[in-house]
Amino acid sequence: MAQVPDTKYMTATPATRVLGAVALVAVVLMVLLGLVVSPADVVQGQAVRMLYLHVPSIWIAYGAFVLTSLSSALFLMRSRRRHDGGRHYDRLAGSAAEVGVVFTGITLATGMLWGRVTWGTYWQWDARLTTTVLLFVTYLGYLALRRLPADPMTRGRRTAAMALISFVNVPIVHYSVDWWRTLHQKASLSVGRRPEITGEMYWTLLYSTLAVTIVASWLIVHRYRVIRLEELRDEEALEALIASRLKEDDVQA
Amino acid sequence: MLREALLIARKDLRVEWRSKVTLGHVAPLALLILVVFAFAFDANARLLELGAGGLYWVAVLFGGTLLIQRAFDVETEDGNFDAFRMSAIGAPSLFLGKSLGVFFQIVLLELVLVPGVVLLYNVRIENWVLLLAAAVGGTLAFSVCGVLWGAMAAGLRVRATLLPLLLVPVLAPVLLAGSRAFETALGVRAEAGWTWTSLMFVIAAVHTAIGLGTFGFLLEEG
Amino acid sequence: MSTVVNFHKVVAVAGGFPVLAGLDIEIAKGEIVHLRGSNGAGKTSFMRVCAGLIPISEGDANVLGFDMRDDRRSPRRHIGLLGHDNHLYKDLWVQEHVEFRAAATGAEAGDAGAALRRVGLSDRLWSVPIERLSAGQRRRVAIASMLVGRPQLWLLDEPHAALDHEGRGLLDEILVEAASSGATVVFASHERDLSKSVATRVVTLRGGRLSEDSGAA
Repeated sequence: MAQVPDTKYMTATPATRVLGAVALVAVVLMVLLGLVVSPADVVQGQAVRMLYLHVPSIWIAYGAFVLTSLSSALFLMRSRRRHDGGRHYDRLAGSAAEVGVVFTGITLATGMLWGRVTWGTYWQWDARLTTTVLLFVTYLGYLALRRLPADPMTRGRRTAAMALISFVNVPIVHYSVDWWRTLHQKASLSVGRRPEITGEMYWTLLYSTLAVTIVASWLIVHRYRVIRLEELRDEEALEALIASRLKEDDVQA
Repeated sequence: MLREALLIARKDLRVEWRSKVTLGHVAPLALLILVVFAFAFDANARLLELGAGGLYWVAVLFGGTLLIQRAFDVETEDGNFDAFRMSAIGAPSLFLGKSLGVFFQIVLLELVLVPGVVLLYNVRIENWVLLLAAAVGGTLAFSVCGVLWGAMAAGLRVRATLLPLLLVPVLAPVLLAGSRAFETALGVRAEAGWTWTSLMFVIAAVHTAIGLGTFGFLLEEG
Repeated sequence: MSTVVNFHKVVAVAGGFPVLAGLDIEIAKGEIVHLRGSNGAGKTSFMRVCAGLIPISEGDANVLGFDMRDDRRSPRRHIGLLGHDNHLYKDLWVQEHVEFRAAATGAEAGDAGAALRRVGLSDRLWSVPIERLSAGQRRRVAIASMLVGRPQLWLLDEPHAALDHEGRGLLDEILVEAASSGATVVFASHERDLSKSVATRVVTLRGGRLSEDSGAA
């Protein structure tokens, strides 16, 4: 007979079930609008549909990074005042980063596919793609740092410092890569120019951004809860260890 | 603070002098990298000449990363990391001192690489002043960023593999700027060398400020 | 202030493991405390917590007047820690290393020579790179490096290991001198007969807590 799992260990709540349902419906609608209802572009043809996923993904990629950095700052401030304080900010930073890296990957993949169809090549060294690659690797570094074993507060502080210092680096990277490409843009054709978006395409894009944001939020909430469960498990293990240490002392004495 | 920083830097340079790691190991390796690029580009003289500015900085990146690892190896072996953290010297001074030490070591490396590039890739230095300024700016940025991020990974067992992953995205703009500035100085390209050089100094300044403020914190959480 | 170390139900976690599980101890100035206990009992961890290298999860700890929950960095300049390793820069000469440690703690460069002589290292060895020394000689350099900083609290982990008979005698003298000039000494050691010669108090740890205590002097 299957055992009903303890609800303490589930990550679903009524609110997120609603959110999940809404997300599902939103995505179905987005697919319909994007693939069927909205028109093909005059210049790019069907390829423009890729942008309905590509552009919102960029927004999530960068937005999640901002969220990670903001949470990291709040975590550091809270952890100063209370010894164990601000853990929820640390979890938020971690979950936002994971969702962010996924969407950065989607940005790159869709960008490459779009480029293959419109420019003929998978890659162009334009400012946006290059900066996104660097963001992707930065995310991976952050997640690698998070995976190293340490007690939650130490790990939280270490990764929060990294997130904030990386954040300072973002404008530097953005500026230098951007300037680099504008210097060279004169030489090449105006590749990488985004199409003019009007009318139905505009609304579809706006709607897609909303739909993707809902999906990303649902993902972040659940990842956050999984992190909380992981920490709960580690805490319970630690308490068991402490208890066994105390027992060992009594038995031998 | 400056006195303490110089104390640390002198100690590091003395360790370097005794062990001769930069001149003995890293510089030859970086030269070898320049040679290997020629293999990669099939000894195409035109390509190598055009790419000389960038290839130089890739070699510096390679050697510099090794030197930064080494700078922290010295502080973490034999239980030295505890001693480092226990030091009566303030964290900002430690940061400055370590950065200065790394700076001079990378300069040593570059003293070998510049002739290497000139000879192997057949380029001429059109603008000595720009080249020097770009080299100093880039090296400063490398050193400061390297020590800052090295501290973040310093106490970790997997430092050797994690540090490059963390460091290279941060150094990417420096690499970019250095390559463009060098290309201008080598006469390969005629644009904005000084702007790129200033960018490197700005990056160095920003990371120095961050380092002075956060080094103590980073040493604790390592 | 005469209480140098004051721990109350201290729990400390390192690497996910409770290295201290409710430790109570009070150490007064001038004591020479011999820490005993099997491997994993918490001797090293206790000293590292005193040095502020490991944070405290529960309980209260006060070292040299500093509350280790608020500020575990400030006491370090007054503490000398000698771990299992020697904390030596192997490429430097003996003299260079000790002079560096002297300068780093604000002592005079000349103090380095005095410290080296005190640990019985002949000046023929002073210009030798540390990596060429034997284990016992390196230990002496490590002790000299600690000596030169004149710490108020000495924390030594198995300091007698690797030392020969003469070296151990010298170390014991140094520890007694330190205590009588106002410092406090805590050393961990597996050796049994030491407690007869130098320590004023013997403390046994087990399972991250205090097990036996011969009492404050």
